[in-house]
Amino acid sequence: MTAMLNVRDLRAYYGQVQALHGLEFALNEGSLTTLLGANGAGKTTTLRAICNMVRSTGAIEFDGAPLGGRSTENIVRLGIAHVPQGRGTFTTMTVEENLQLGAITRSDKAGVISDIERMYDHFPVLKARHTQQAGTLSGGEQQMLAVARALMLRPRLMLLDEPSFGLAPLIVRDLFKILGKINRDDKVTILVVEQNAQLALELADKAYVIETGRIVMSGSAAEIANNEDVRKSYLGY
Amino acid sequence: MELFTNQVLAGIATGAIYACMALAVVMIYQAIDHLNFAQGEMAMFSTFVCWQLMQWGVPYWGAFLITLVFSFAGGIAIERLLFKPLAKAPILTNVAGFIALYAIINSVAGLIWDFTIKQFPTPFGSSPFLGSQLISTHQAGMIGVTLMLLILLFFFFRFTRMGLAMRAAASLPESARLVGINTSWMIALGWGMAAAIGAIAGMLIAPVVFLEPNMMLGVLIYGFAAAVLGGLTSPLGAVVGGFLVGVFENLVGTYIPGVGNELKLPIALALIVTVLVVKPAGLFGRPIVKRV
Repeated sequence: MTAMLNVRDLRAYYGQVQALHGLEFALNEGSLTTLLGANGAGKTTTLRAICNMVRSTGAIEFDGAPLGGRSTENIVRLGIAHVPQGRGTFTTMTVEENLQLGAITRSDKAGVISDIERMYDHFPVLKARHTQQAGTLSGGEQQMLAVARALMLRPRLMLLDEPSFGLAPLIVRDLFKILGKINRDDKVTILVVEQNAQLALELADKAYVIETGRIVMSGSAAEIANNEDVRKSYLGY
Repeated sequence: MELFTNQVLAGIATGAIYACMALAVVMIYQAIDHLNFAQGEMAMFSTFVCWQLMQWGVPYWGAFLITLVFSFAGGIAIERLLFKPLAKAPILTNVAGFIALYAIINSVAGLIWDFTIKQFPTPFGSSPFLGSQLISTHQAGMIGVTLMLLILLFFFFRFTRMGLAMRAAASLPESARLVGINTSWMIALGWGMAAAIGAIAGMLIAPVVFLEPNMMLGVLIYGFAAAVLGGLTSPLGAVVGGFLVGVFENLVGTYIPGVGNELKLPIALALIVTVLVVKPAGLFGRPIVKRV
């Protein structure tokens, strides 16, 4: 089986500083993978490199075709949705406009309208607030909106950058449940970067651990969760 | 009282032009965070193109439409050739670019059409509007065309996909790219629209100030004043600011002794400075908070 996303020898740079040192990993179609690591390990950089938002070298292949040289917006148009750190909400626009923006590259009007309704089913709180300015939403609601906005693309691959950041534990559980559902029901392949390792490992079927720009461990989520070193370093028990 | 009403209405009419210029300035400011000092010269050049077309026998509204298309394409071309390469350059480099553009357009217009003053026709005539002595048909036309333009722009930005994409690209470029919007082309499109809006302002004001290469200098300064007053981040503010500045200019010129026509321009500048000191975000603008 060939992987949907294949990353080889990925090196990324911020100016003179090298942040990734030859990362290698692969995502199978339909999988839910998590990328774990401490602050500054290079998790966000990895996601940004996939979408060409940071200078990088190496090979990234999506469905066997190289992404190198493509602009961010062209990579997104292939069906790769990226929920960035800080959520990237269009705060001065309404909730509904945010959802419409998620589908801005699609031309099937009827499909977009029905997808917006589908998002309101997934996230009832967004329906209640659909004419409200997105900036007035709470952090959790904005994170729901960011996920919904990404889904409006009808993505094949969804990249999530610390979706649990700043959210109350109960809300995080809800959000992760929804992610699992999206992965199962809508067949969206998901790569989620997390500091909340315990929760991420419960959700994921595969995990990579990243340390100072290198993959130091990989395996099924269960294996990683039971690994002594990982438990000590990232799970804290 | 009649003098007062008369001055207010005349102020609204010129204010319509300031509103257009302010709107053009704000559109580019929203897209690239710079003030386009050459906005007036671009409008002047467009007006000359319209005049030239009419000299060649094209009827007014035909020339008007061709000029809009020309200006739209010209605005896009300027962005692609000059300002896209400067996108990541420091502020001063961009300012130099704008000043160069100003000087180039001004001299080229002088070279082609020379610096003598030319009459520019009005399609509305200059008889009193509806028999009233308060306002001429041309002034009424200026107000009417501007209002129509504003309504069209409102619908474009509020209800079309392209309008939504342009707003997204201006407010958060990175998020816009992440939903697949080609932000670079949205900026170019903003330039094209700004150039066309400026052209409308130029063609409407030309019968009043007469056509010559420096005709837009004063108008642009009032446009800047309007944009600053309304708030550089708010298109609605720019429009309201335009009308306010137009009325303010006329009332001050009429009622404050010693101001007259000669000192009207410094008033615009004084207004800019006052707003920047007292309320830098303008009437409708959002204060810009940078996290450090």
